[in-house]
Amino acid sequence: MTVAMEKPEKTQPAEPAAPVKEARKVSRSMVVGAILVAWLVLFFVLRGKQTLALAAADLTDLHRWFNDVNDSIGANRNSNPLFLYFFNEIRLVIDSLVTFVQELISQSSGDRPVPQIGWLGVVGLAGYVSWAMGNWRVALLAVAGFTFLGLQGLWQESMDTLALTVSAVFVALLFAIPLGVWAGLSDRFNRIITPLLDFMQTMPTFVYLAPLTLFFLIGGASATIATVIYAAPPAIRITAHAIRTVPETTVEAADSLGATRRQALLKVLLPMSKRTVVMGVNQTIMAALAMVTIAALIDAPGLGKTVVQALQSLDVGTAFNAGLSIVVMAIVLDRVTTAASTREEEARRSKNRVLAWRRPLLGAGAAVTGVLIYMSHTYVWAAEFPGEGGIGSSIASAADTATTWVQDNLSGLTNTIRDVITNGLLNPFQSLLTDSPWWLVGAVLIAVGVVLGGLRAGLTTAVCVGLLVATGVWSDGMTTLASTVVATVLVMLLGIVFGVWMGRSALVDRMLRPSLDAAQVMPPFVYLVPFLALFGATRFTAIVAAIVYAAPVAMKIIADGVRNVPATTVEAATSAGCNTWQIITKVQLPMARSALTLATNQGLIYVLSMVVVGGLVGAGALGYDVVAGFSQGQLFGKGLAAGLAIVLLGVMFDRITQAAARRTSA
Amino acid sequence: MARHWRAGAAGLAVLGLTLTACGGAKVGDDKAGSSGSSGKCGTFNLAVNPWVGYEADAAVVAYVAEKDLGCKVTKKDLKEEIAWQGFGTGEVDAVLENWGHDDLKKKYITDQKTAVEAGSTGNKGIIGWFVPPWLAKAHPDITNWKNLNKYAAKFKTSESGGKGQLLDGDPSYVTNDEALAKNLKLDFKVVYAGSETALIQAYRNAEKNKQWVIGYFYEPQWFLSEVPLVKVELPAYKDGCDANAEKVACDYPEYDLNKIVSAKFAKSGSPAYDLVKNFNWTNDDQNTVAKYIAVDKMTPEAAAKKWVEANRDKVDAWIK
Repeated sequence: MTVAMEKPEKTQPAEPAAPVKEARKVSRSMVVGAILVAWLVLFFVLRGKQTLALAAADLTDLHRWFNDVNDSIGANRNSNPLFLYFFNEIRLVIDSLVTFVQELISQSSGDRPVPQIGWLGVVGLAGYVSWAMGNWRVALLAVAGFTFLGLQGLWQESMDTLALTVSAVFVALLFAIPLGVWAGLSDRFNRIITPLLDFMQTMPTFVYLAPLTLFFLIGGASATIATVIYAAPPAIRITAHAIRTVPETTVEAADSLGATRRQALLKVLLPMSKRTVVMGVNQTIMAALAMVTIAALIDAPGLGKTVVQALQSLDVGTAFNAGLSIVVMAIVLDRVTTAASTREEEARRSKNRVLAWRRPLLGAGAAVTGVLIYMSHTYVWAAEFPGEGGIGSSIASAADTATTWVQDNLSGLTNTIRDVITNGLLNPFQSLLTDSPWWLVGAVLIAVGVVLGGLRAGLTTAVCVGLLVATGVWSDGMTTLASTVVATVLVMLLGIVFGVWMGRSALVDRMLRPSLDAAQVMPPFVYLVPFLALFGATRFTAIVAAIVYAAPVAMKIIADGVRNVPATTVEAATSAGCNTWQIITKVQLPMARSALTLATNQGLIYVLSMVVVGGLVGAGALGYDVVAGFSQGQLFGKGLAAGLAIVLLGVMFDRITQAAARRTSA
Repeated sequence: MARHWRAGAAGLAVLGLTLTACGGAKVGDDKAGSSGSSGKCGTFNLAVNPWVGYEADAAVVAYVAEKDLGCKVTKKDLKEEIAWQGFGTGEVDAVLENWGHDDLKKKYITDQKTAVEAGSTGNKGIIGWFVPPWLAKAHPDITNWKNLNKYAAKFKTSESGGKGQLLDGDPSYVTNDEALAKNLKLDFKVVYAGSETALIQAYRNAEKNKQWVIGYFYEPQWFLSEVPLVKVELPAYKDGCDANAEKVACDYPEYDLNKIVSAKFAKSGSPAYDLVKNFNWTNDDQNTVAKYIAVDKMTPEAAAKKWVEANRDKVDAWIK
């Protein structure tokens, strides 16, 4: 829920000096140990009592009440003024935006059998914009990437996805940047909006997908709004962060020169935080692309549909081909926006020679692009991507072959791994959580919160525990918690190993990064089918899925932390005779401690965001409740409650780890 | 300087335009009516629920509606719940394969009155517990529920907590399995795979690697043409034996799969409504088209075309 940018600030008031801190740290871990021992003892005494278990089809009063509310909204839809004059208007505006973009690049409009701009125009435009905003290298990447989409035989699907992404990102930024600026300027507003953003990012989309179609009907508007809800928060957070990190002295200087608030904002704060804000745009684009397959469940056209349909007949090859298109699009958009955020600095470095030519070149580029667009509007060959997408079918069959090979040759090994981890780690931990009385687990969580994060974090934990009990899905929540913790531990192990490796070698970093990006945007089900063959429909499969999604984030953050350890410190250690192992364990990792806590925080949140996907492959518990609530009317309330429980778990861990991070870095 | 580059740009543009002047066919040149039959059908919004059997229904109905009736068919890929919701908002005209769903019927047909039934599809829906064929062959007595406890230990997995595992699939599907296992005193625990994909993959593996799997499945389903799963006999269904969900101790009823349309669509007089109402075929028909789509990887349109051309007489009966 927090974004990678929100590192614990170093401006915290200085805490006690080093020796005192050392003493406190030891005692803190001892206290946690003592709490755990006490828990174990009480567990053996009280096992199986007051566990608040609830069977799959059972409901509580709260769940029934949610159902009733949902039903009454549905029944009154056509007479309620709120719908007639508010939701319908919003829907109309967004629908026309989406339709406009679709008719521009992806869908036939009126009498025209093809969109206004054909493939040649889109490729040209993508190249030109990338070059103008970034540099010629990303422009080449954009041209190559977009052409590849066509060669895969998925041009129209890709453009449908692009149209929806562009509309969603546009709407998201329309709100996100002003809100972000406000949150950056006002502490009070920041405090109000942060929990709301947490909610938007961790509440599983499945929970509100069905109600959304009730509010905004099936079609482009609902898909766009679902995407906006998930994708806007990173931009808001990062913009706020950017505004906050503008040096105070600069703002003061502007003030003393007599700048008004408005001038200070427009001439100082915004320009100085532009680079970071663009990173927020980047995160929003990535989040929007992550929604592609989910939006397909409410009839959003595009690549997501191809993936979902292929998986109905377990056609991994076709699904992989479409998933690859999403990855290619994500990488292109990511690299272009990243280049855009650093362009000005690079331009300043590369002297004036190119700069002098830049304006004429831009003009010429615009003219060429205009010609390309005109051609793609007029001629069939430039409007419809030629060829049959032969590359796509070879990719699909290669993916099929690879999947079959893996399934045939590795399943013995994978079953052993699964059984060892499930029986050795997951089952004991899960029964400790689910078979203890609820108040015991609650007390342990609060105590750990207080010890690690301080009184405030403890208070938040207490509120979260109370609300978790109120949702009526406590027992399922604990089952999910067990898998989540196990997955996070494995994520951190992988994160440290690969993060350190990447942090120490730029070459490794460059080699691994594209696959990390791919793991983050590839729709999970594409790789889950082979995983299901390897591990069966089990909690472990769900854990593996979560690791694939969450480990890249942890690796990136840790690699960044290791790289930021001052080179002089490492050199000093080397000259003092430390070997590589000692440098890593005694210098680099300890000095990257705040990156490690941040990685744990993000790892956990990303694992939680995969709970629902886990529910689709055998994890049961909260994930299954959410999926079931999406599919069956009478379980809607329970699904909503389960979604709330996931949010509560997320908020609880976020606050504890953040408070702990502030303490360790202080 | 500035004048220079403007001239250059203009030159480039002119050059580009002249080069493309001989650039081939123009968009909109071949407008010669693709759909000649301009019926009074208009737009027909067809929900497509996410399983291949339904997709087969939808493909054929859409094909006939477009080619024979000149409708403009908009297929919408939706889960059941959302598709039914669409009846009220006017976004969905018809659902072609409904499995029971008494809760939805009550909500949308009886209470909100936004939907009406439109007769049977002719398909028989069978729900039950299935085992992979190798298992039925190796242990023929396993297909009777009375013998299941004998084998329960073989079905144990890491998820089933010491009992045998009974694998359930997508939560949208009608299931009494937890109650059944309890009331038949079977030493089995229901494990929720959570999706049809997970369930099919489990069966596919089980058949290939001779693993012990028993789970929830249904026909008509394309996967049965790849791996012919064998149904386990549960105590026979009698009227009303499933009235109390917690006390169910009998097999699932045979579902008469039917069609549901929006109330507005039923009154519209659209020929598409008559098509939906008359649409009727057998499980074999559906399996054939589903196999074209899922196994032979044809597009739904191509699959529908192939079937319609081979079964013109049946189609004619729908649109007479």
